[in-house]
Amino acid sequence: MATATEPIELIKSRIDQVDPRSANEEIEGGDAVLIDTREPHEWDQAHLQGAHLVPPASIRERIAEVVPERSARVILYCASGNRSARAADVLKNELGYESVASVAGGIQAWRETGLPVVEAEGLTPEQRMRYSRHTMLPEVGVDGQLKLLNSKVLLIGAGGLGAPSAFYLAAAGVGTLGIVDDDVVDESNLQRQVIHSTERVGMPKTESARLSIQALNPDVEVVEHNTRLDADNILEIIDGYDVIVDGADNFPTRYLLNDASVRMRKPVVSASILAFDGQISTFVPYEGPCYRCLYPVPPPPEMAPSCGAAGVLGVMAGVMGLLQANEVIKLVAGIGKPLIGRLLLYDSLATRFTELKVNRDPDCPICGEHAAQIPESEMGRFPDYDAFCAGHALHP
Amino acid sequence: MPTVMIPPVLRPQTGGDAEVSAQGSTVGEVLRALADAHPGTRSQLFAAAGDLNRYVNVYLNDEDVRVLDGLETPVSSSDTVVILPAMAGGRCETLH
Repeated sequence: MATATEPIELIKSRIDQVDPRSANEEIEGGDAVLIDTREPHEWDQAHLQGAHLVPPASIRERIAEVVPERSARVILYCASGNRSARAADVLKNELGYESVASVAGGIQAWRETGLPVVEAEGLTPEQRMRYSRHTMLPEVGVDGQLKLLNSKVLLIGAGGLGAPSAFYLAAAGVGTLGIVDDDVVDESNLQRQVIHSTERVGMPKTESARLSIQALNPDVEVVEHNTRLDADNILEIIDGYDVIVDGADNFPTRYLLNDASVRMRKPVVSASILAFDGQISTFVPYEGPCYRCLYPVPPPPEMAPSCGAAGVLGVMAGVMGLLQANEVIKLVAGIGKPLIGRLLLYDSLATRFTELKVNRDPDCPICGEHAAQIPESEMGRFPDYDAFCAGHALHP
Repeated sequence: MPTVMIPPVLRPQTGGDAEVSAQGSTVGEVLRALADAHPGTRSQLFAAAGDLNRYVNVYLNDEDVRVLDGLETPVSSSDTVVILPAMAGGRCETLH
């Protein structure tokens, strides 16, 4: 009986192996049951026509379901011929199956022989190659990659935070990336806004971002919103997207975005950076707190300097922007644990992360139980957040 | 003694220190001790009436004191009080 530590050569010596071509002939002849003994995510990437998936851990329990007759001809394969050899050993030498063979070299050798393989559905051959490092992750798989390809993500700002997240979301294959920015590339941006370049100084940031994204990944459709978000355009702009990445550079926009995204039930991944520090959280309307639950009122100007005044370490934009991209991927693919109800602080001088709990505010005027119900006719009308912020600046 | 984590925007008032020890058995006492030691922080933390400014969030370890007992929340010597103002970054505020 095989043990986990027996050398594979020993196991192979007591079973029959068959080369891919001979196996294929038998299978096409209709006389063999074909068993794939790999894991589900490997099956999803590619498998052989007519095979039955029985992962190694369940071979003893499930083989009788799939092959009730011990006299049936059973051919097993896996990725490279080792797991199927062990499974063949179990079937033949433990369970009494009379005619068992393992495909030498597995599906790898099968492909090399030029025999047909059923490929992952929905991905083109180029995409299968491009995203292979994603699809081979069990948590992502072809399914998760397809979700990314079908997703629409809106980036508020193609600046410090937008630049790295745009790059990595494009690399990840997010199908549609919308970018809102009315600014042009400036030399002082290049210390951190890595999606732009020296030769593009003066170019609209949305256009510069689009060029970089398309060079990296032509699968991505870039929608340029060369404008600033305001009460008149926000609903129309955010409507077409599944997730919003907030890299805005001022409080009124953040409050406006929060208001609109809660009304439209759009999740927002929100981050901010200054000097050596960053903050990030993920706001999913009604599932967790909103921006207003966390910051009911903005600070006065002396408590909230801008990057232009205080400066920012370039890499901070990278760290926080990528944490944002990570959140987006988790939300789209439905994996892991997003930062809902959690605020992550990063201190780059200490290299320290601090996590704080964020609670839904029952009295939140935006998402609380007693928040005003917005009738359809009022959906596009928002409070004046410039005045709201200015008012708090004057009367903190 | 409890530790107070000082946000970057207040560090000029604490001589650049990101962490300050301050004595107190409640959050309020600890913050007032901080303000006594570093008077530049007082107006940023407290409104005229002595309650916390609404735009400043304060946490006992990882919990917002608003869901605990606010400034009356008890603090032990191994606890950390975190002061957190909002950040928006980016362009100059043109609020006036």
